[in-house]
Amino acid sequence: MFPESLQLSIRSPINDWVEAVVINHGATFKAISNAILQVVLLVESVLRGLPWWTVIIVFVALAWASTRKIVFCAIVGVMMVAVGVLGLWDLTMQTLALMLVATLVSVLIGLPIGILCAKNRIARTITLPVLDVMQTMPSFVYLIPVLMLFGLGKVPAILATVVYAVPPLIRLTDLGIRQVDAEVVEAATAFGTAPARLLFGVELPLATPTIMAGLNQTVMMALSMVVVASMIGARGLGEQVLNGIQTLDVGRGLEAGIGIVILAIVLDRIMQGFGRSRLEEARNG
Amino acid sequence: MAEIEIRNVYKIFGQNTAQTIELAKQGLDKATILAKTGSNMGLADVSLKVASGRIFVIMGLSGSGKSTLVRHLNRLIEPSSGEILFDGQNILTLNPRDLRAFRMRRVSMVFQSFGLMPHYTVLQNAGYGLTVRGEPHAQVRDIAMKWIETVGLKGYENKFPFELSGGMKQRVGLARALAADTDVILMDEAFSALDPLIRAEMQDQLIELQRTLAKTIVFITHDLDEALRIGSEIAILRDGRLVQVDTPGAILRNPANDYVARFVQRHANHALAHD
Repeated sequence: MFPESLQLSIRSPINDWVEAVVINHGATFKAISNAILQVVLLVESVLRGLPWWTVIIVFVALAWASTRKIVFCAIVGVMMVAVGVLGLWDLTMQTLALMLVATLVSVLIGLPIGILCAKNRIARTITLPVLDVMQTMPSFVYLIPVLMLFGLGKVPAILATVVYAVPPLIRLTDLGIRQVDAEVVEAATAFGTAPARLLFGVELPLATPTIMAGLNQTVMMALSMVVVASMIGARGLGEQVLNGIQTLDVGRGLEAGIGIVILAIVLDRIMQGFGRSRLEEARNG
Repeated sequence: MAEIEIRNVYKIFGQNTAQTIELAKQGLDKATILAKTGSNMGLADVSLKVASGRIFVIMGLSGSGKSTLVRHLNRLIEPSSGEILFDGQNILTLNPRDLRAFRMRRVSMVFQSFGLMPHYTVLQNAGYGLTVRGEPHAQVRDIAMKWIETVGLKGYENKFPFELSGGMKQRVGLARALAADTDVILMDEAFSALDPLIRAEMQDQLIELQRTLAKTIVFITHDLDEALRIGSEIAILRDGRLVQVDTPGAILRNPANDYVARFVQRHANHALAHD
């Protein structure tokens, strides 16, 4: 046994601290929460308000824009119809809305942090271990404080999803920028390029394929969080899976599971298409 | 017209810069200093003058510090100590904004592996210096087009770099430097990546351009034949120190020491064999 005199519990200080934060800064969190909620409600009302065929047309159009392959567009169309046939349309749109907002928040947080890490070694040294923690910490652990700060519902679900899903975007933004050919950066500098122009005109465009791979990972991880997120009040496909488990309704769980898989495949392939730039495609023949 | 003067430049890569410079001043060589301090001596006590309107060649083997030296001239690398004067003005005192203006208007550069923007067309690459400078779009187009034609790439202006051969890419690099219309052009092993025929062709083109434009060109190479062919003056670097600065003829006739003599010897044998 480890001697008891050497044991130290960090439990109660942390509990006290979280409680203090909830009491003292409740209003701030309420404001953040409301802002995010407004965005979610807007996206959700658009997706659920649109006629189903409009949404399918949008998806097929995106598939065309990203790959220019008719077969792929047809598969996307069929898969989206299948979602409707299985009676999952409304739930899928709820999940999609939640995921889109989580991705948006991830991009707003992840891209600047990724750029900072690429530019600043100290920032990277600090950020990378934090990302490791974010990716390995069981999500239930931070669900509890998130719940205390934001209550039940869509917003805490989104924030928990962001914690889980943002690391790959940060990592790959950092990597993408650092991988830009040093001589190209040197050449740009030698001609008097200012730092902002170097970032937006040279580094980010050349890092785009890598950053898109990171964004793709982020979307996939956000989707894999929907079931966990449903435990704190996110509606949609995840909730259906949870219900299926709780009532031993295997069929119901599987239906919703298929819905998640379809959404994942469709989004993944469309995004991979956009990730491969036209230039790169031309290069590979 | 720009005259460049480098005064007592030292460059140390690593820690303990001041201490390492002291050792370098005592005349210790690169290997000894590395063993003693763990720092790498890039350049030691380099002083030279580049006359305006000439091709000045800096020659040395890899690791001799030639690429480091040329990057001091536009401050892509900062010296550990010393001065770099452009027409009498010390460029090391420029603040970031003035340094950018200096790079835009006074000095441009051609790189060994070209350094072209892969996401820009040939035309956009050639006009890059002008675009950064904020020249109007139409003007950038016209000037870039003119230089693309001069270097013989007419018809390729809308291609991307990956569609071009090495020689063509370096022509774009050259057009980019020429379009910026700076007094000074730095060329870091600009032709080393090209095959011999293209290389000779590019050397001729450079000499021809120099004759009409009278730019100050600082040309880095590890190839003596290239140096003798294009240089009006040659500086030879070894392990970060300047060994000899002279005209090609003088270097061939009076090598400053054994090192240069050995360098030149091979060339002399080569020349004899052809006679």
